[in-house]
Amino acid sequence: MSGQTWQPAVYAALKAARITQLAYVPDAGHAYLIEQAHADPDMEAVVLTTEEEGIAMAAGAWLGGQRAVLLMQSSGVGNCINMLSLPLNCRMPFFTLVTMRGEWGEFNPWQVPMGSATPAVLGAAGVHCRRVDEPKDAAEVVAYSAALAFDSAVPVAVLFSQRLIGAKVFVK
Amino acid sequence: MAKLNRISTHNLPEAVLDRREAVPALIPRPRDWLVVAGLAGSAQELCAMTDDGPNVFGLGGAMGAAPMMALGLALAQPERRVLCITGDGELLMNLGALATIALLNPPNLRLVCVDNGKYGETGNQDSHTGLGVRLDQIAAGAGIPATFAINTADEIAEGRRLLETESGLCFVLLRVKEGPALKRPRSLRPHVVRDRFRAALLPA
Repeated sequence: MSGQTWQPAVYAALKAARITQLAYVPDAGHAYLIEQAHADPDMEAVVLTTEEEGIAMAAGAWLGGQRAVLLMQSSGVGNCINMLSLPLNCRMPFFTLVTMRGEWGEFNPWQVPMGSATPAVLGAAGVHCRRVDEPKDAAEVVAYSAALAFDSAVPVAVLFSQRLIGAKVFVK
Repeated sequence: MAKLNRISTHNLPEAVLDRREAVPALIPRPRDWLVVAGLAGSAQELCAMTDDGPNVFGLGGAMGAAPMMALGLALAQPERRVLCITGDGELLMNLGALATIALLNPPNLRLVCVDNGKYGETGNQDSHTGLGVRLDQIAAGAGIPATFAINTADEIAEGRRLLETESGLCFVLLRVKEGPALKRPRSLRPHVVRDRFRAALLPA
């Protein structure tokens, strides 16, 4: 239910940052943003087969004068590592919102290794990380992180903690 | 070492084209396009064909990036024609990009794969296409609305027509024999290529 409070403000922050291409691999934690993007005539919503596609797409968008964001889950971070050499080497902006798994209330052991490694792996790959634990901080962190990415032309990830998203419950 | 399964290639003629002639014949006006060129041969070739022109963003790494970079560029610049040119090795690394691009179906994007069936930069090992994998059929299966494979010099004109005259997303497979690409010294400083590309394209 937390999506009814902070997620609209996050979408508004993406719009305010003049982002017009939103790439994603489907994820429950990002479901609100994905729905908004598809409903928004001024946003290109691009569903990917794997997360690294979104890094390349964002680089092309920026070459063409537009701004992109990549929405993914912490498991997808592991798919991205070599492709991060593109924005790093070219000193291009890259902005991603990552929903964390493998932490608060995780039920699935397969989410734990990459979830635990995500901040260290992103840091080692040269990506600036910001973490959101409280709903009241989400939109502000997204806004300032987007400004960092696009004003300083660096890669920036905002990690939405699993407690913020709400632990996923599967009926097995 | 286990023997690789060579896929039946009875419908696949031997590659005869020399890329140094076939690529310029397929793309006679390379400066008319915004070009994203994949690492190694494709990037070298397009830089040579445009005298290291500002309309070419040639990659030197990030293998698998070119098709999706071209998609982002095509979406950002709907009034310009965008060409992705890449090799079989890079395309094989990120086949899912074909599915993603087909879903978006940008009318201003063209994909060209120069397929020499080899990993030319790493010792000329056979690539999957050299063992029979058909990238044009994969592109068609992904949903790219027009696909065409060029095996002979006579077929280049139809590929050129798809790229230049037809309006809409297409995939052209250019099968070439093993051998070097056109080459000239090019900037391997990506920030220089980046600034040059944007300065030529975007208003100050």
